[in-house]
This record gives sequence, C-alpha cells and structure tokens, in this order.
Amino acid sequence: MSEKTIVLEITRKKDSEGDSYVEKFEIPYRENMNVISALMEIRRNPVNADGQDTTAVAWEASCLEEVCGACSMVINGRPRQSCTALIDQLEQPIRLEPMATFPVVRDLVVDRSRMFDSLKRVKAWVPIDGTYDLGPGPRMPEVKRQWAYELSKCMTCGVCLQACPNVNDKSDFIGPAALSQVRLHNAHPTGEYHRAERLDALMEGSGGLSNCGNSQNCVEACPKGIPLTTSIAALNRETSVQSFRNFFGSDRV
Amino acid sequence: MSTNREFFYRRLHSLLGVVPLGAYLIVHFMINYTATRGPEAYNQAAGFMGNMPFLLLMEFVLIYIPILFHGIYGLYIAFQARHNTSTYSYFRNWMFRLQRITGVITIIFIAWHVWDTRIQKAFGAEVNFDMMADIVANPIALTLYIISIIAATFHFANGLWSFAVTWGITVSHRSQRIATYVTLAVFLGMSYVGVAAILAFV
Repeated sequence: MSEKTIVLEITRKKDSEGDSYVEKFEIPYRENMNVISALMEIRRNPVNADGQDTTAVAWEASCLEEVCGACSMVINGRPRQSCTALIDQLEQPIRLEPMATFPVVRDLVVDRSRMFDSLKRVKAWVPIDGTYDLGPGPRMPEVKRQWAYELSKCMTCGVCLQACPNVNDKSDFIGPAALSQVRLHNAHPTGEYHRAERLDALMEGSGGLSNCGNSQNCVEACPKGIPLTTSIAALNRETSVQSFRNFFGSDRV
Repeated sequence: MSTNREFFYRRLHSLLGVVPLGAYLIVHFMINYTATRGPEAYNQAAGFMGNMPFLLLMEFVLIYIPILFHGIYGLYIAFQARHNTSTYSYFRNWMFRLQRITGVITIIFIAWHVWDTRIQKAFGAEVNFDMMADIVANPIALTLYIISIIAATFHFANGLWSFAVTWGITVSHRSQRIATYVTLAVFLGMSYVGVAAILAFV
C-alpha cells in the first residue's frame, strides 16, 4: 500500500426510509483515479476509515464518459458526474452526497423517474409511426441542425434540477431539462407537427414552464453547457403567442 | 382556461407587477418628489391626486386589487423556493433571492404605510405634507421607510428584468445581460427619487 491516501466522506442511507449518516473512508492513492474508481476501491475492500468492516457504498454508473447521466452525485457540494470528477482535481476530504432533490434509493443512488415522467408529459419525441411508410421527412437546414444538436446533448442527469431553487419538496416544478427538450423537439421539422401540443403541456396543470423563477443556476450547473435559460425564455415567448392563439382563436393549430 | 389556471395566474402576477403596480409606483414617487420643492408644491400635487374623479373606484381597480393579488400570490411563490445561494453564489441566483426578500419587505411595508396614510384619511385625517412629516419625525420610522423604499425599487427594477424574460421579450443571453444594466439604472434612479423625496419631509 502506497503512503498517499484518498479521504472520502460519503453521505449514506440504508434505504429510502432510513436516516442518512456520513461514513469516512481512506483508500490508497493511485494515479489518474476518478470518483468512480475510488468507489470501486471501497467496494473491493469495504472498510471505513476507523478500520471497521462496512457495507459497500451503492452508486450508479453506466457509460463512464459523461453521456449517460447515471453517475450524477453531489461532489464537494456541487452536483456533477462522478465519472469525470478526477481525484487529482478535487479538494480532500472528498465529500460525496446523493442528489437529494430526488428520492434517495440507497447511499448515492437516486430515483430520477420524475425526469422521465416529465419527458412523457411534454411529449419529448417525434412521432413517426403510421400504418404505412410515411417516406422521408422534410430536410433540416445544417445551421439549425448544429444549433439543435446543442440541445440534444441533454442526458437527463438531473444536475439542473438539483441546482434549481424552485425544484424542491414544496413545489412540483418540472425543471429545466424537460423544458429544453420541448424547444428541441419543436425545432425538428417533423417534431414541429406537434408543436402546439407540447406548448399546451407546458401551460396545463401545475408545475409547468411558468414556475421558473429565473435564478439561472441551471445554465451554470449543466455539465453539457446546454443554453437552458435561453430555452426557457424562448418557450416563454412561444407560450405567450400560443396562449393568445388558444384564447382568441387561430387557424394555426 | 381552467387547466391553464396556474400559467394564467403566474402571467397575471408578472403583468400586474408592471402594469398597473409599477406604473403606479412611478406616479407615486413623482408626487412624493414634489416635496423637495417645499410643502406647498407637495400639498398641491397630493391634492390633485386626491381630488381625481372616481378616485375610490380607480384606487380599487388599479391599486388595491392588483396589490392584493400580486402580494398574496407573490408570498406563495416566494415561500416555495429553497434558496441555495451558499452553494450557487451566482449573480442571478442572488437576484432571485433578493427579489423574494424585497417582495416580503415591501408587502409588510405597504400594509403599515396604507394603515398610516390611506386608512387614517378614511378616518378623517388630512393627507398633506405635515402628515408625512409627523410620521418620519420618528427616526425609526424614517429608517424603515428608507429601507422599504429601496426594497420596493429593487423589487420593481428586478421585476422588470424578469417580466421581460417571462413574456419572452429578452430571449438571448446578450439581451438579458443588457436588460440587467437597464434595470440596474432603473433601480438606482428610482431609489434616488424615492429617498430624496422621503428626506424632504425630515
């Protein structure tokens, strides 16, 4: 065992019901580690800093290249992906917490179902199914494709919801991620056919677009640099027009 | 419309903050500012407002009802937030927090201010320079007035910024940034007018 070690303070919770507590770990240092490999080391040898045997810390990960969003957690106070959180760049002790805006399943594992429900609510897809071959859709200008590509980088990781002061247990705000997906799918030449439906979904019920309080933390926190606040403002304009169309009447459905 | 109730209320809340409430705030401050030209000028300006036809109706439609809606719904919005400026100490996150703090200060102040002035008028007191001079003769009252005036102008100016976002006027990052400078100027200008006016009564 090398002399250099890594100290981690991990906020743990046995299950969704239990109380959370902080457990400290000290693991041997290796070069080029990330938070995931540190957690793997704890799993290999689940002993805490006091030398007591403990259970392995539960966490989620999938792609290990910051495109799936599964390994998001709060690292030293900031929500981010643990796969791209390099140990050499982190201040120690490294504090790992679950993104508590979401229901905690166990330790660092959270349930992000609400984000996927939100995507369903706003119809964040392009319907192309039919009873016969509909043929190729309209072409998309290259400049627009490049612009839309930025919005398509969203990996539903939940960092923007964690950072948003209006996404919490007292509010049912849908959060920035799903809102931006409406802008993306409305920009698509075929997706645009369902433009009004998606905008209506943002205006109907509670917790929709209008719950945004413009704290603009989301755009600062987004690991993919998605212009979330621009998306929200653009949708504000779209829904302004759409609500007038709905109320006063319009042939453009 | 029923399923769009929340959207409608939020947009109404945003609109009422600018028209009529923001517009009224400006008119109110202009009248106050006449106090810097002496008691006669102020009494004349206040008298002009007080002698408007349909005064009570206008007060209700343009001031009391919008303020009650904006204030009560605003409190509901304000207490929905879980502030996190300690983790995310960005400028806009602070504005978000201050908007809620100044809103609460302003609504408490308005309740007191209306009691001290408009309700006393209903009880038979005369609204003039001396009425305000009596109130701010107390240094605590004067301090609270100055704090509340600045809170109100901040809430109005920053509210103008978020109004522009809420209605989709300023969409791009650049336009939002320039709107920040413009509303900052509104805040400083309005604060000067408001504080200079209240100090004229001392």
